[in-house]
Amino acid sequence: MSKMNPHPSLNSDARYWPQGTVYGALLNFQQEWNLRAPQMSEAPHKGAPKAPVLFIKTANTFTASGDSIAIPSAVADVDIGANLAWVFGADAKPVACVLVNDVSIPHESYYRPPVKFKCVDGFMGIGSNARDIAQVKTDSVVLTVKVNGKEVQRVNYTDTVRKSHTLLSDISEFMTFQEGDVLLLGSDCLPDGKRPRAKVGDMVEISAEGFDTLVNTFVGGAA
Amino acid sequence: MKHARIAWAGAIHEAVESDGELLLTRSPWAGKRLKLDEVVWLPPLAPVPQARTILALGLNYADHAKELAFKAPEEPLVFVKGEASLIGHKAITRRPQGVTYMHYECELAVVIGRTAKNVKKENAYDYVGGYTVANDYAIRDYLENWYRPNFRVKNRDTCTPIGPWLVDAKDIHDKYGSPQNLSLQTTVNGKVTQSGHTRDMIFDVPTLIEYFSAFMTLQPGDLILTGTPDGVVNCDVGDEIVTSIEGVGELINTLGD
Repeated sequence: MSKMNPHPSLNSDARYWPQGTVYGALLNFQQEWNLRAPQMSEAPHKGAPKAPVLFIKTANTFTASGDSIAIPSAVADVDIGANLAWVFGADAKPVACVLVNDVSIPHESYYRPPVKFKCVDGFMGIGSNARDIAQVKTDSVVLTVKVNGKEVQRVNYTDTVRKSHTLLSDISEFMTFQEGDVLLLGSDCLPDGKRPRAKVGDMVEISAEGFDTLVNTFVGGAA
Repeated sequence: MKHARIAWAGAIHEAVESDGELLLTRSPWAGKRLKLDEVVWLPPLAPVPQARTILALGLNYADHAKELAFKAPEEPLVFVKGEASLIGHKAITRRPQGVTYMHYECELAVVIGRTAKNVKKENAYDYVGGYTVANDYAIRDYLENWYRPNFRVKNRDTCTPIGPWLVDAKDIHDKYGSPQNLSLQTTVNGKVTQSGHTRDMIFDVPTLIEYFSAFMTLQPGDLILTGTPDGVVNCDVGDEIVTSIEGVGELINTLGD
């Protein structure tokens, strides 16, 4: 365990847990952008997004790696949103990186805010270790997603629409990240535009070199 | 009782309203009285251990939905805000240079009082800790039809004044019967520009608590901003905007650049 801990909000000896608001960026991978581009000019969007499209993962979604995530009984399966995330320190500067699974009830439309799809209890798996940002090349990280041990997706952050510092700069035009806040840098889709899915009983692993693997098992039972 | 959170004499204090003054409630200043204009007002919300969930409603008054050319929604149109957008009473909100349409939104804010999960409408008021006033500014120049209303419109630094008081839920329920029986008003530089009534909400407070708590557990200190009625107008730098709700408070804000 490193004794270097330049950021008091990150206790390197403890399991990482978000201390602030968790924001996420939508449509930040070229593949999904390209798939949706032909319809962007049509209703209801009437134009491609100019500013970053953001959402919030509320605190009721936070689930530690190793813990299970309940799928609501009305839903057959859920989207796996494998993300690399930045954790902010003082002065709105990113200081660490963490793996996150932005779980969602599948939804086609990006017109209205996705609260009932993304803010369901338990719907965010959180990696157990936050790594010093100096040790991570954010824009070339590769995530591997496995369901029940079988690889279903690779997410390569060289394929983003906005590179991490551009994304931060564009968001900072209108809001300031507070110490402890988190920004999910984006999740990619599969070639068909959908995301990998998890159903009751599945074990989902998100891994990247140098990070402890984020593991969550999906269970049923939530009304 | 009306609760406030203020900065005074180099520290942050809890206070209550008493005979038109602030009465500090905690050591070492318990019993100290202050005039309302000799303190800095903070959002009247105690710190919470995890990120505060702030839910905000769009188009929750039939007249406002009509004003914005939308048909009334069939389920709550909700978006989430970050806590960093909150500022207190008598503060300055930044109006970006070059925008053409920045408007206030006077809203009744519900502060959750205890953990709420799968709450039914009939019991929903048991989960409300109190009420306050929020002014949920929007800058329509930045509206985009992606997760609309998008964050550049609704999650801007300084753009959610809230306060001055957190009024105990019981006080509102005892005096007015429910939070659905309160008039709302906004003035810009003293001129009334918005007036409405909480009885005209499309989804009332118990319905909203039932709706949200069916899929998300709400914690004490979480907020629901319940939407705004008809009557929003553009405001400019230097304007004083007073958003007020009967029995809850008058929230003053000034636009700056």
